[in-house]
Amino acid sequence: MHNHKGELENIAAKVAAGERLTREDGVKLYQSNDLLAIGKMADLVRKRKNGTNTFFIVNRHINHTNVCINRCKLCAFGRDANAPGAYTMSLDEIEAKARASANSGISEIHIVGGLNPELKLDYYVDMLQRVRRVLPGVVIQSFTAVEIDYLAQLHGMTHHAVLRALQEAGLDSLPGGGAEIFAPRVREIICSKKINGDKWLAVHRAAHELGMRTNATMLYGHVETIEERVDHLLRLRELQDRTGGFLTFIPLAFHPKNTALEPMGLAGTTGYDDLKTLAVARLLLDNFDHIKAFWVMVGPKMAQVSLSFGVDDLDGTVVEEKIAHDAGAETGQSMAKSELVRMIKNAGFCPVQRDTLYNVVEEGF
Amino acid sequence: MNAVSVLLEKALAGERLSLEEGTVLLEEAELLELGRTADQIRQRLHPRGRVTYIIDRNINYTNVCTCQCRFCAFYRRPNDADAYILSKDALFHKIEETISAGGTELLIQGGLHPDLQLDFYIDMLQSIKKRFDIHIHSFSPPEIVHLARQSGLSISGVLSRLQEAGLDSLPGGGAEILVDRVRKKISPRKIGWRQWMEVMDRAHRLGMKTTATMMFGHVETTAERVLHMVRVREQQDATGGFTAFIPWSFQPRNTDLGGSTAGGVEYLRTLAVARIMLDNIPSIQASWVTQGAKIAQVTLSFGANDFGSTMLEENVVRAAGVNYRVALQEIHRCIKDAGFIPAQRRTDYTIIKEIH
Repeated sequence: MHNHKGELENIAAKVAAGERLTREDGVKLYQSNDLLAIGKMADLVRKRKNGTNTFFIVNRHINHTNVCINRCKLCAFGRDANAPGAYTMSLDEIEAKARASANSGISEIHIVGGLNPELKLDYYVDMLQRVRRVLPGVVIQSFTAVEIDYLAQLHGMTHHAVLRALQEAGLDSLPGGGAEIFAPRVREIICSKKINGDKWLAVHRAAHELGMRTNATMLYGHVETIEERVDHLLRLRELQDRTGGFLTFIPLAFHPKNTALEPMGLAGTTGYDDLKTLAVARLLLDNFDHIKAFWVMVGPKMAQVSLSFGVDDLDGTVVEEKIAHDAGAETGQSMAKSELVRMIKNAGFCPVQRDTLYNVVEEGF
Repeated sequence: MNAVSVLLEKALAGERLSLEEGTVLLEEAELLELGRTADQIRQRLHPRGRVTYIIDRNINYTNVCTCQCRFCAFYRRPNDADAYILSKDALFHKIEETISAGGTELLIQGGLHPDLQLDFYIDMLQSIKKRFDIHIHSFSPPEIVHLARQSGLSISGVLSRLQEAGLDSLPGGGAEILVDRVRKKISPRKIGWRQWMEVMDRAHRLGMKTTATMMFGHVETTAERVLHMVRVREQQDATGGFTAFIPWSFQPRNTDLGGSTAGGVEYLRTLAVARIMLDNIPSIQASWVTQGAKIAQVTLSFGANDFGSTMLEENVVRAAGVNYRVALQEIHRCIKDAGFIPAQRRTDYTIIKEIH
């Protein structure tokens, strides 16, 4: 069963010595079924970087439109403009939603949506200005690299120029969505119209150069190989070496339900795969401070267990999440802060409420 | 070495841990260390790399129950609109479906119905055995004691009558936590722990195998959880009839008791401590019905060697809002993906076939 025992011991020695792991190491870790040995290595790195601190944020998600010209096969959220269920929120609606959350103690607002050709840069600028006005102290972490690139194309602008316009209107930070798996072979199957990996990385690089911190994701558990996952992680590590602008890496387990990939018979990820993926990310991404398990995607039980497999961030109390739920995530829409705190403490870790930049908002729960 | 490592070493050396020592582990050991020790013990007991499961059907013949436990979302009163007793036709139909799905076992359980007498049960068993070649793993200790009270027979008397009629083995339900302080709070009308154990003792002595369950994560202390394990272990020393231990966490939805449930970490810790404490019980079952397939798979690194049953039907748990349904294919996938060989077993844990 544990075919790779000797090899794992070599990797464990490198981890203990703080040496950088190679592509081959990453592949070997993924190939091993020795879940506890992998967990132990990841836990060592996690403790080194974050002790027993486990971060969460009180935030609100708004998905302003599900109209999307890309219609990626991986996605259960996007609609054609004239399809039943297609929606686009007006700026007034978005402002009202933002205002409604003003007194709920949120420190971050997370706005992402589809590529809707009707929505031009002025819609986004206006949206940011309004949200900034009603939520003055709240960090706006919005728009994936895919949306930024689309705006650049629509207006014939550079990524830099679009980002700068949005930054001036109030944008603080970019979320990590749209990265999927960088390998072109995989993108051709799951999201053929989406920007390629180079462009995704270029947008983040531009954001980092403008002083914005961003996140990175990986959607796994569909048609990608282990090697393609490892390469994805290594490309993120490379950019992080140059810019240091990434805050957190967030692996996202693919949910096949209601997506165009469902007929392929994809079954979704297993518990081993989820924990290994989080742990391998912790081990390969030695220049990332944080690894996040998005509890909406993996479920609260697995999210709690993942704290011993390299994870130090459980995202937050998420209000109104549509994208994972459209794909059949069976979790609730939000989790009370007290529930998150209890979950973290019961696992023997120390809950810390953070802001987007991991400054402490509240601790000592 | 700290106290915890000493205890883990002791367990690995094959020495038995006391109630106090088990409690220290459950409270203080690190999750991964606990898992590593339980995993090594599991590898020793089950060295062939197999993870077993059984194809069976859980048939609930009635939901009428006078016990009305506070943790239960299944029971109804006799006059409730949705109270039922399953007809024989419906029962036979379910059994036919079970056999055509490759099933080898029936897990028939129900409430403590005030009007159903021993004859009803004997007739049910005989009529099944007359028509079908299938193992009947049925009636948990509270039902057996209920029948003893109604018939005026002893526990042994009831069990032999049922055994003659076709009962092959007993499931380990109704154990909850085998500590009367806890039982008074969550299930005041249910039999006490001694009576639960007495039923298992008599069943073992009549040659019937049984399992033992534990429902945790409500009002019990960690020491009471470990005491439950120690009591099962002591009985096993005396009669040896337990095939498996099945811990699962209280599911609060739609119950009178309410509150929250144990998290994934608590479940894995408890399962690992069970593997470490129960040195005389061959198998530890994962409970995918209450934990979901992902956590159930992860237990295979924390001491579990059995994926339990396919549960073609599980009304009791479903009523409490668990919406996990793992098809056979999914069970195979989980087992293989964790690096083990899936093997379909019988109730007595003999292997029917390996799935490659």
